[in-house]
Amino acid sequence: MISLRDVSKRYGLLRVLDGVSLDVERGEVVCLIGPSGSGKSTLLQCVNGLEAIDGGSIAVDGEAVHGRGTNINRLRQKLGIVFQQYNTFPHLTALENVALALRVVKRMPRRDAEAAAARQLAYVGLDGKADQYPSRLSGGQQQRVAIARALAMQPHYMLFDEVTSALDPELVGEVLQSLRKLRADGMAMLIVTHEMAFAREIGDRVAFFQEGKLVEVGPASQVLDAPRDGRTAKFLGRAAQ
Amino acid sequence: MLDYQFHWRAVLADLPELLGGAVVTLQVTALSVIVGVPLAVLLAACLRGGASARRPARAFIEVTRNTPCLFQLYLFYYGLGALGLNLPSFTVAVVAIGLNNAGFLADTYRSALQAVPAQQTAAARSLGMSFLNAFWHVVLPQMARIAYLPTVNQVVWAMLNSSLGTLIGLRELTGVTQFLQSRSFRTLEFFLLTAALYYVLAKALMLAAALLGRRLARGAP
Ligand SMILES: Nc1ncnc2c1ncn2[C@@H]1O[C@H](COP(=O)(O)OP(=O)(O)O)[C@@H](O)[C@H]1O
Ligand SMILES: [Mg+2]
Repeated sequence: MISLRDVSKRYGLLRVLDGVSLDVERGEVVCLIGPSGSGKSTLLQCVNGLEAIDGGSIAVDGEAVHGRGTNINRLRQKLGIVFQQYNTFPHLTALENVALALRVVKRMPRRDAEAAAARQLAYVGLDGKADQYPSRLSGGQQQRVAIARALAMQPHYMLFDEVTSALDPELVGEVLQSLRKLRADGMAMLIVTHEMAFAREIGDRVAFFQEGKLVEVGPASQVLDAPRDGRTAKFLGRAAQ
Repeated sequence: MLDYQFHWRAVLADLPELLGGAVVTLQVTALSVIVGVPLAVLLAACLRGGASARRPARAFIEVTRNTPCLFQLYLFYYGLGALGLNLPSFTVAVVAIGLNNAGFLADTYRSALQAVPAQQTAAARSLGMSFLNAFWHVVLPQMARIAYLPTVNQVVWAMLNSSLGTLIGLRELTGVTQFLQSRSFRTLEFFLLTAALYYVLAKALMLAAALLGRRLARGAP
């Protein structure tokens, strides 16, 4: 379980996260929605320890992410993250992108790492692209390389930060397809998204986020179709236009 | 003077000795690069760090870039000698030219480092890589691609600079030439031949660099 308890964070005077509490169970899919600048990306970066927090605590399977004794490099292997701007490694082929951390972090022999990487690329539908460099791939393909790269570490949880926002509309579908497949395979996910229809479809629960606060959390259909908080309703109203 | 008689036969007989000098030149060049490049990377990292790392790095760069390379050789040879530390001229040439390389490359490497997006490190770290692994496997190769050409230029500079070693008694290409011409009095022949050898060495370095560079450029758009 990913467990956030009263997490707060500020950048200077700006309160980016303000008393956020949220759990993501094994096998559960939680979608995070909210206006741009509300702190959603920051929240994901805090969950895998890329950003520090100022208050509260975040635990993954009971281990404190920001704890002093925590081996963060080991803990991160449980947490895959995929960013809006794919961040594929441009000097490596698709296969090498996926295999790198297997060799360096998991210390797998090259042959085994590449076999595992090839399986992950096949999983996201990129079998034929293993030897291509990112510069030769479309945005959707690069994003799927990034997903395969994170999945290769066999994480228990996947964090997705607006993974389709930088894509041309016709490439969105292929990336969402990979997320659907993961859901079907029981992967626990925390997904930041602007696609309300997708959130309704894939989310067990939806959390609405605004100005660093979790305004409302509940079953996807309840939050999206019958929001209890006025702010959620207002946001959904604007998003529908 | 105008009826100078060229005598190439005697000069060519000494070619093996001359080539021996060229080997020393290449050794000094290679070792000075092996000293200079990692140090330049370190300096670049320091320049991106806090004041306590940045200031000494900046001071080092200012000194190496704004004093003559020959003076730097003298400093290590005669200067340390005055302190009772007598290093062989080969060692001094490697160290002094190596530090000179580092000083000239550091700022180039700093901007190359800056050009690699921080997100690349974040992506690598998010996979569980240590800071050093992320740097080595993800940042450095991208940095190398940007900094490659300036580095090659510096390598050629280092090769030409190594001729200064003559002045502290190093028997590299220039030193050997000096000795051979004074023994045979075929001054012009030797100097022309050595000039040609330097030219060939520089071109060979550039060629090797171009071949190696193709590997570095992989994945470039
Ligand atoms: N490194 C940073 N330094 C200062 N402010 C930041 C930094 N990163 C994000 N912010 C600010 O924090 C707020 C939340 O940003 P972010 O988490 O990216 O929001 P979201 O992902 O919901 O759009 C924004 O106002 C943003 O400008
Ligand atoms: Mg964001």
